[in-house]
Amino acid sequence: MFKSLAPPEFLAKIDQIKCIKCKRCIQNCGWSVYSWGGDKVLIDTYKCVNCLRCYHYCPEEAITIEDNPVRFRSNANWGFYNIRNIKRQAETGGIPLTGMGSDMPYPVIFDNLLLDACQVTNPSIDPLREPMELRTYLGNVIVQVASGRFGVNADYLNAGVAVEIKIGQGAKPGIGGHLPGEKIPLDIAKTRMIPVGTDALSPAPQHDIYSIEDLRQLIFAIKEATNYTKPVSVKIAAVHNVAAIASGIVRAGADIVYIDGFRGGTGAAPVIIRDHLGIPIEHALAAVDERLRQEGIRNEASIIAAGGIRSSADAAKAIALGADAIAIGTAALITMGCTVCGKCYTGNCSWGITTQRPELTVRLDPEVYAERLINMIHAWSHELKEILGALGVNAIESLRGSRERLRGVGLDNQTLDILGVKPTGR
Amino acid sequence: MSHDFQKDISGCGLAGIINKDGKRVSGSFMIKCMCLMNDRGNGLGAGFAAYGIYPEYKDLYAFHVMYDELGAQRDAEEYIKKNYHIEKKEPIPTAPVAGITISPMLWRYFVRPLSERSERETAGLQDDDFVVRTVMKINSEVDGAYVFSSGKNMGVFKGVGMPGEIARFFRIEEYEGYIWTGHTRFPTNTPGWWGGAHPFTLLDWSIVHNGEISSYGINKRYLEMYGYKLTLLTDTEVVAYLFDLLVRKHGLDVLTACTALAAPFWKRIDEMDENAKNTMAALRMVYGSALMNGPFSILFGHSRGLVGFNDRIKLRPLVAATKGKSVYMASEESAIREICPNPEKVWAPKAGEPVIVELES
Repeated sequence: MFKSLAPPEFLAKIDQIKCIKCKRCIQNCGWSVYSWGGDKVLIDTYKCVNCLRCYHYCPEEAITIEDNPVRFRSNANWGFYNIRNIKRQAETGGIPLTGMGSDMPYPVIFDNLLLDACQVTNPSIDPLREPMELRTYLGNVIVQVASGRFGVNADYLNAGVAVEIKIGQGAKPGIGGHLPGEKIPLDIAKTRMIPVGTDALSPAPQHDIYSIEDLRQLIFAIKEATNYTKPVSVKIAAVHNVAAIASGIVRAGADIVYIDGFRGGTGAAPVIIRDHLGIPIEHALAAVDERLRQEGIRNEASIIAAGGIRSSADAAKAIALGADAIAIGTAALITMGCTVCGKCYTGNCSWGITTQRPELTVRLDPEVYAERLINMIHAWSHELKEILGALGVNAIESLRGSRERLRGVGLDNQTLDILGVKPTGR
Repeated sequence: MSHDFQKDISGCGLAGIINKDGKRVSGSFMIKCMCLMNDRGNGLGAGFAAYGIYPEYKDLYAFHVMYDELGAQRDAEEYIKKNYHIEKKEPIPTAPVAGITISPMLWRYFVRPLSERSERETAGLQDDDFVVRTVMKINSEVDGAYVFSSGKNMGVFKGVGMPGEIARFFRIEEYEGYIWTGHTRFPTNTPGWWGGAHPFTLLDWSIVHNGEISSYGINKRYLEMYGYKLTLLTDTEVVAYLFDLLVRKHGLDVLTACTALAAPFWKRIDEMDENAKNTMAALRMVYGSALMNGPFSILFGHSRGLVGFNDRIKLRPLVAATKGKSVYMASEESAIREICPNPEKVWAPKAGEPVIVELES
């Protein structure tokens, strides 16, 4: 068989002395890395994605997964993945896909922002002994109207507490959703109203939204269909002119602007799009909030920020920059076993998350993982309350847009200006 | 520049008196009351507000203005002359005081906006709105000029010094008012500036404030959206403008405004009957960015009354008392007893629950 010249990213190894030949690794790997060789487990390491499913299910801890030490000759310009992707493209003629948010080393602004705390002149508030409020008014179950309109009907629109018009996604601004046919068995086919096994490729733009006035018409069509009982959210990817776009969306009548930063996750996107299009959520959020204030329309819509929120600290910083609420995707998946291996597009997820293979999906017990997700949300809520208490405020709206409670460390003047944040020490 | 400022922080003592029958009393009461609380200030700012002190000019706006230099006075007066009929202009009367060696030039003007405005953008404004515009314009655009009082039949007197010194300097005992508020300040990070002392005013609102608004950052940005220019970088300015926005511009009554600014907790709202719950939830949703969070006690004076209120969990002191037609409020009970030894009722208002006193008739 043809051997790829793209070297494997990872080396899966089994300590043959520890191995008890229970074959659990073979069962658990969705990528078929392991197979039974008659007397021992064989390894096809080219297929390994380092999702650690086998490691966790090996009773003897006989398995280790390492980064492949074999790399192309080191070169400051031609990195490993530059060369590897060209080799893959030369072999297939296709677009290399990926899942999850970009793993490129762009600066993470959240890590250069620090929150304030009270000392003497204003007292901190103890969240364990005093009331501390996180309640925010937004929809909590939002149904989505994406460009494919798969499965959209009046009952669907009225099922949630809000309706979201999806214009774009941070990981792949400007292109439509891709759900490969492998991931369309009967139940998915039913909800999407398409034949089993067909690719569900959403068009890049919504074909009835070629302009802001078209968006206005769709917003009000949805409001009519839902009797003005559901807030309408418009989700956009964070792109260069996001502030002007968001302003147009609010003026078009949206109740919520949902901004997804370029680091946001995805189930399937071309690597080249994910890693090179869009802007970080921190800049986008700051620019949108400021623009809506300058225009005096910030009160007319809520802002949801997403795309790279990894912790309650990121959430607090996003809220201080101006978000009413934050949304998480990747963090929620991690509670369910995801290790951010980035291979969601294959349909082979060994944790049963981004797959429709029945033998894999059974691994995702909704009861168990719902509880873990709730645990994480509770943990973040407790942490947010601690942060608010240290800030000396007892309601989340007192942090919202309060950039005075943020300082930038190691950021240049222009970035500070865009964020509306002072440097540490001032 | 809007985000790159150094915020002013201070602690304080405050007091207020209102005579519900409108009877005017000398400022000497207020001086005595404030001087008892000297240890709540550090000499870097004190002031008084009084209502009913200019009965002979009661229909005119009384501008109290401080100038750092003659050029500032010239520029500010040029603007005032162009837009207002000036009934009277005079230096604010002062007396020499040992502790006060330097002071800005202090002038007052009794004025009425001209019906014909020179600038087209302000032509359609009501008088009150035009006065607000004037105050914002002079304070933010004329370097070294600062309008610190702009109401009718009321005035603010303030500066750098202990309350007793400032009172003697401005000859406070010579004025008679039906509402008085006083303030002594303990700034922690800025050299005292005369304009930075309390009370802060806009039209006939006056605010004295003890505390730090921890939600200052968002309150400031919220107000900026409505065209307020926050030039003083103090919490108290935010309080004054929030009242102006909610009461004068949005038409809320004082109780509703106080409820929006120090809102009840959701837990309490959830226990209310359906109607009250919906109203209160709507108020919190609409005015979330106006919620004043963090420690404060505030006395808010206006021509028809006096309001005292606390933050949501009462992190700063406020005591109230009544005797006859008079209502007293202060940081400390001792300050009230200094001028009213036998009050009929003394109580500590609950967190977030305003004490609203209005004139009779």
